[in-house]
Amino acid sequence: MTIGNIRLPIMTSLIIWAILWEIVGRSGASFVIPPLSGIFARIVEIVPTPSFGEALWITGKAFVIGNVIAVLFGIPLGVLMGRSHIADRIFLPWVNLFLSAPLSALVPIIMVIFGAGQTTIIFTVVLFAIWIIVLDARAGVRSITPSLVEMALSFGATPWQAFSRIYVWAALPEILSGIRLGLIRAVKGVVIGQMLVSIIGFGRLFELYSSRFLMEHFWALLFVLFAFAFAINEALTWLERRFEYFASSRN
Amino acid sequence: MTLIAETKAYAHRGSAWGDILRHPATLWLISAVIVAGAWEIAGRWPISPAFPPFSDTMSALAGLIADGTLGKALIITLKPLAIGLIASVVMGVGLGVLMGLNRFAEWLGSPIFVIAQSAPLAALIPILTFAYGIGLTAKILTVCIMAMPVIVLNSLNAVRHTPATLLDMGHSFLATRRQIIFKIILPAASPVIFAGLRLGCAAGFIGVILAELLITPTGIGDIITYNQSVAEYEKMYAAIFAIMALSVLLISLLEMIETALFHPEKRAQS
Amino acid sequence: MSPAAARKIEARHRPMVEVRHLSKIYAGGVEALNAISVDFPEGQLTSLLGPSGCGKTTLLKIIAGLIPATSGEVMVDGRPVTGPGPERAFVFQDFALMPWANVLRNVAFGLELKGVAQSEREAVAEKHIASVGLGGFEHAFPHELSGGMRQRVGLARALAVNAKVLLMDEPFSAVDEQTRRKFQEDLLELIAREHKTFLFVTHSIEEAVYVSDRIVILSKRPSQVSAIVEPEIGRGRDPDQIRRDSAYLDTVETIWQSLKRYLD
Repeated sequence: MTIGNIRLPIMTSLIIWAILWEIVGRSGASFVIPPLSGIFARIVEIVPTPSFGEALWITGKAFVIGNVIAVLFGIPLGVLMGRSHIADRIFLPWVNLFLSAPLSALVPIIMVIFGAGQTTIIFTVVLFAIWIIVLDARAGVRSITPSLVEMALSFGATPWQAFSRIYVWAALPEILSGIRLGLIRAVKGVVIGQMLVSIIGFGRLFELYSSRFLMEHFWALLFVLFAFAFAINEALTWLERRFEYFASSRN
Repeated sequence: MTLIAETKAYAHRGSAWGDILRHPATLWLISAVIVAGAWEIAGRWPISPAFPPFSDTMSALAGLIADGTLGKALIITLKPLAIGLIASVVMGVGLGVLMGLNRFAEWLGSPIFVIAQSAPLAALIPILTFAYGIGLTAKILTVCIMAMPVIVLNSLNAVRHTPATLLDMGHSFLATRRQIIFKIILPAASPVIFAGLRLGCAAGFIGVILAELLITPTGIGDIITYNQSVAEYEKMYAAIFAIMALSVLLISLLEMIETALFHPEKRAQS
Repeated sequence: MSPAAARKIEARHRPMVEVRHLSKIYAGGVEALNAISVDFPEGQLTSLLGPSGCGKTTLLKIIAGLIPATSGEVMVDGRPVTGPGPERAFVFQDFALMPWANVLRNVAFGLELKGVAQSEREAVAEKHIASVGLGGFEHAFPHELSGGMRQRVGLARALAVNAKVLLMDEPFSAVDEQTRRKFQEDLLELIAREHKTFLFVTHSIEEAVYVSDRIVILSKRPSQVSAIVEPEIGRGRDPDQIRRDSAYLDTVETIWQSLKRYLD
């Protein structure tokens, strides 16, 4: 978008939407849309509170543990599938199935098995994040130039050297993009899990605010979460771009 | 040269038995049997009182199908899903194509969908409930907010990335703007737009399930919630199995249509 | 006396690589090599030339120990080949550089795998980077280099492990024609300087005649040795003169006549 000769950055239109929101909010058209200024005031108000801090801590913990598990299991499985035809044929249909299936339907099952607590949230995060990590690690391994592996072998590389110095690095762009997509799915997973469990972390706060009709608080919390998700996505996209030359230099 | 020889070699290796064993369908069957078997063993162990074996879940599923409960519930569940998806497809493709063709529309609209794509939109469900009550509208809108972003962004990117040489070709043959849009841009963009529809459909299923679990239990959500509360876990699992199987079938169907329409070369291979 | 001619006399013509009754049948039944026996003399550059798909690369990779033979054996420096070994180094057609590592680390990679200390291997690598004419590019990454420069990195990496035998698989086929000619001239200089045995796979007759002491011509698959040519070309002269030399042109023509019948 350009006005005259000035190129407007893509996100600047959000200012227009914010102004529109403020006008609608002030007109009192609907109680679910409070003025934006009020919401931002609430963000400043609730972020330093201990209940917010506690929710963030619990949520962050489940998010990190869940993702670490997803990465630790997902990458080796993906590498295995990329290397072995048999493993690939056995696991690929399931990975594709779970990638597109509505995983939110499985949360009630996790809940009845592990109870309405932190374990359920962690499992939900793993369930949401792992499949895309597996699939991308597999794609990364399959795109390795065969001569790169032959090169390492011709210099007498041991299998461990070939894995740690060639495979992991050569598949890194895909592995990173799998982790980024996994993290975005995990953000959704952790929120869905907490909304369904609704007694811990942000789920508890959402429940509290909505039961008391505290719309400004509710929106404030939403904005913080959205900003967090967006920041994770942008940070990882930036990191991924630093490794982009990998892919272009492969044939 | 070496590589081609080796790939061919792989296909020819082994006896007739080996060929049957290596056939994709056989391996898929084997892995399905392994998973069902593991489920059965884990259920009989039992790893948890809330984890019924595979066989019990399947007989509960047969029971739900036989007494008509499942059919009735699916109709209830599919209603907001279908309405929501149709609305999302019409509006999403429309908005996406508009943004792809018009820089101002893109500048104004795309940030919202870019943020929505990475944001945990499930958290909006309580707000939709406040605004529209616990009825059908809130559920339809839940489906829409889940399904729309991916449809819009795929359409936008598809239109934006029309191959430049095709556009130049159109211009060089003096095509009008209208002809370029309808004869070049949209046909070139349609495979990616359709892939967006498939992803939107998958997201819509997530939406309708969340709506039925979070707003009010109806349809499949009702079977899940009710049987969870009375600890009839086989029925609960059967309902979840049914809705997941339905979504997987529908998405595979869309994938097949996609292959048939846009990738005839892939169809020949498989 | 020209350096090239001197080299020929100097060479003891002891076979460095001996291939005995080597056959390769791929698992699908594709017969690539049929009981090939051929020697590669020490200190010389021997080219493998033949119709496309004839198994030149297969033979080279078996000598490298990268793929197993179906029957027969390969001896390098008197010892049978069972896998890759330190006395052989491979130069790849597509360079096989690690895109995540800079030139210095790529060149030092063979030594890194052997466990040579970092300062030592980098000193060796720097020397060879300079010798292939890439001094100053030690910290560049492969994607910042042209195709020709990338192959110089591949060459430096093979030289850095100080192997006796250099196996080159169509090393210049992925670089443009002008770079390729410069490369061929540099290769001749390298052969004169380093007393190594070179095995060189190419599909270009001109290239084979220009750089080789010996040319082994393979027949169509399943390959056998169809002829061995030793171009008698005085290489000390100006490269442009060689390309117009009648002996050079005659050899190219003879080989072309013998290969023509393999074309469909």
